[in-house]
Amino acid sequence: MTFDVDYAIRILPTLLNATVVTFQATIWGMTFAVVGGLVLAILRMSRFRPVSATAGFYIEFIRSTPLLTQLFFLFYILPLYGLALSAFVTGVLALGLHYSSYTAEVYRAGITGVPRGQWEAATTLNLGPLQTWRLIILPQAIPPVIPALGNYLVSMFKDTPLLATITVLELLGTALTEAGLSFRYLEPITIVGAIFLALSLPSALLVRGLERRFATR
Amino acid sequence: MTGARSSTPGGVPVPIDMAPTTAAAGVTAVRFRSVHKSFGAVRVLRGIDLEVPTGQRLAIIGPSGSGKTTILRLAMTLERPDSGTIEIEGELLGQKRVGDRLVPDDERHLRQVRGKIGMVFQHFNLFPHMTALQNVMLGPVNALGLTRAEARTRGLELLHVVGLEDKADVHPRKLSGGQQQRVAIARALAMRPRIMLFDEVTSALDPELVGEVLTVIRNLAHETAMTMLIVTHEMKFAADISDRVIFMDEGVIVEDAPSSVLFTNPAHERTRAFLRAVLER
Amino acid sequence: MSSPLDLLPQLLAGAAVTVQLTLLGAVVAAFFSLVAGLARLSSNRAVRAIAAVYVEIFRGTSAIVQIFFFFYVLPITGLSLPAFLTGVFALGINVGAYGSEVVRAAILNVDRGQRDAAVALNLTRAATMRLVILPQALVAMLPPFGNLLIELLKGTSLVSLITITELTFAGKLLLRAEGRRDEIYVLVLLLYFVMALPITWSVRWAERRLSRGLHLGRTG
Repeated sequence: MTFDVDYAIRILPTLLNATVVTFQATIWGMTFAVVGGLVLAILRMSRFRPVSATAGFYIEFIRSTPLLTQLFFLFYILPLYGLALSAFVTGVLALGLHYSSYTAEVYRAGITGVPRGQWEAATTLNLGPLQTWRLIILPQAIPPVIPALGNYLVSMFKDTPLLATITVLELLGTALTEAGLSFRYLEPITIVGAIFLALSLPSALLVRGLERRFATR
Repeated sequence: MTGARSSTPGGVPVPIDMAPTTAAAGVTAVRFRSVHKSFGAVRVLRGIDLEVPTGQRLAIIGPSGSGKTTILRLAMTLERPDSGTIEIEGELLGQKRVGDRLVPDDERHLRQVRGKIGMVFQHFNLFPHMTALQNVMLGPVNALGLTRAEARTRGLELLHVVGLEDKADVHPRKLSGGQQQRVAIARALAMRPRIMLFDEVTSALDPELVGEVLTVIRNLAHETAMTMLIVTHEMKFAADISDRVIFMDEGVIVEDAPSSVLFTNPAHERTRAFLRAVLER
Repeated sequence: MSSPLDLLPQLLAGAAVTVQLTLLGAVVAAFFSLVAGLARLSSNRAVRAIAAVYVEIFRGTSAIVQIFFFFYVLPITGLSLPAFLTGVFALGINVGAYGSEVVRAAILNVDRGQRDAAVALNLTRAATMRLVILPQALVAMLPPFGNLLIELLKGTSLVSLITITELTFAGKLLLRAEGRRDEIYVLVLLLYFVMALPITWSVRWAERRLSRGLHLGRTG
């Protein structure tokens, strides 16, 4: 069996179309993770022990269990409790929850990196906790961690094919459907790999560029 | 300057067989011919011509960034010259002649020439995962092909010479800076080099630890006939130990004179200014 | 039949397969990490290029796509392995690409002075690597390798998609037979968590020792 170029060209438009779903899942998932991670990080750093300990355990738990299994968990369990979400929304939720626990640690590193004196200065200005976070701490904590967030964006993008397993027709799901129809796996899967490579290599380079820019500051 | 004396009053006795077998006196140990070296846009050496006779103790002094250390690093093959040649006892270092062109030397011959040279570094560079004795044994076992027993005997002997035989089984992080540097000297001696390079060996030490290291080197100078190239900021030590001094500035040798002359009656204004500055400190 | 514990035997059988996949995958990954990591530092351009292509391809595409490729496409070319071995190699080669970066960084992070000292002792390049650089770099590699081992453990869930009855697939099978979805999935997730714990603890321990500047396994 050799690579059938005609067949590959025939299915290429379908697969490229499917990357739209891949992108959507990545963007929504990352939006969730960028916001959720920040909330989680702040909870994790709470001075109220039960809150920080719970957040710490949650982060640890999510990070040491597989995304695929978490995906199945949400997909099969949520409907039991009356939450009938579409497969796509379930997938985005799983990506967002999973990556929140990674971005939380990234934010935490950024926040710990803000010198103690900044907190003290905020206190002398009589700022409330919310104002301190919003006006003093976060503007200093977030820029340095942008490259790390970028890395997780690329990782999440590469994890979207997992959504195929809960019937989301993103890139891999579409390719497997095509393969099921034609009984040819070589072309669809090779194309999927090529598309991922073509998209993630430049993004990785971009992130490396960001890292260098932030490192020189 | 031929052979080794067995002992000097006040010095640590050095076993005869530890001293290098010297080449016939009068042979040039190290020769630089119009050596140039740049790091990026910085021209660190701008044409160095230097001849060091066997057995000479040459001190190299000058402000930081003048290229002193680079001379040692080139002689140790840690850097390659951009142009020019370096010879060790008449043999090209790191290069070989093919027809009338110079090409990089093959590894085998390079190591044969390099084997004549030893070096002690500013930051000791001891291997942190090995004990003092293992540090000293590493070269003899793996580069000279001694048995472990032979290397062990030699290693203990040398640790005795630097006054650290009781620290043989201690890891470097448990030693003071001065002790670490003495182990590093023993490690370099274990290779029986004929030419020894000392690169600012006391610059990284706390002031109270400088003396013990300089004493070891002074004794070595008394006990052996090794050729020594010594880069240092310790002017008194340089004056004591060296036969000859070169003063470097901005990648060139500004003044080259017997140490009795250079320190007492320097010929160049730059040398005078430098000596004034360091002695006033 | 009502206690969640009666589900355990079947899940534990799956977990045993997960452990096997993780351990064997780790062996493959360690091999690829070391070979590719060293190759990327080779003085030979071609060797460096081949290693770079391997690393970029396997880091640039998804593990799941690679596993499908190994499972569906390789047999077409005549290279047919049992599903279990396909899983072990696909996971190991994937994680090895990340591991090679760990190896490379650890080697480059060994102080320049250590190489200088090895040259001054006239060691060959090979002896320098073996006796001076690697022993120090290996210690620095341990924490990141531990994190990769957790990634590998989680990655084994992917081979449930190529018919291997590891923990996630065992959960799915049980689900079909028993229903009891919530109990099963909570147990499955807990089992992964428990398996990851010893690795997490070891990584923390290693990081603490390293940050104190001590070397592992030495008390001196």
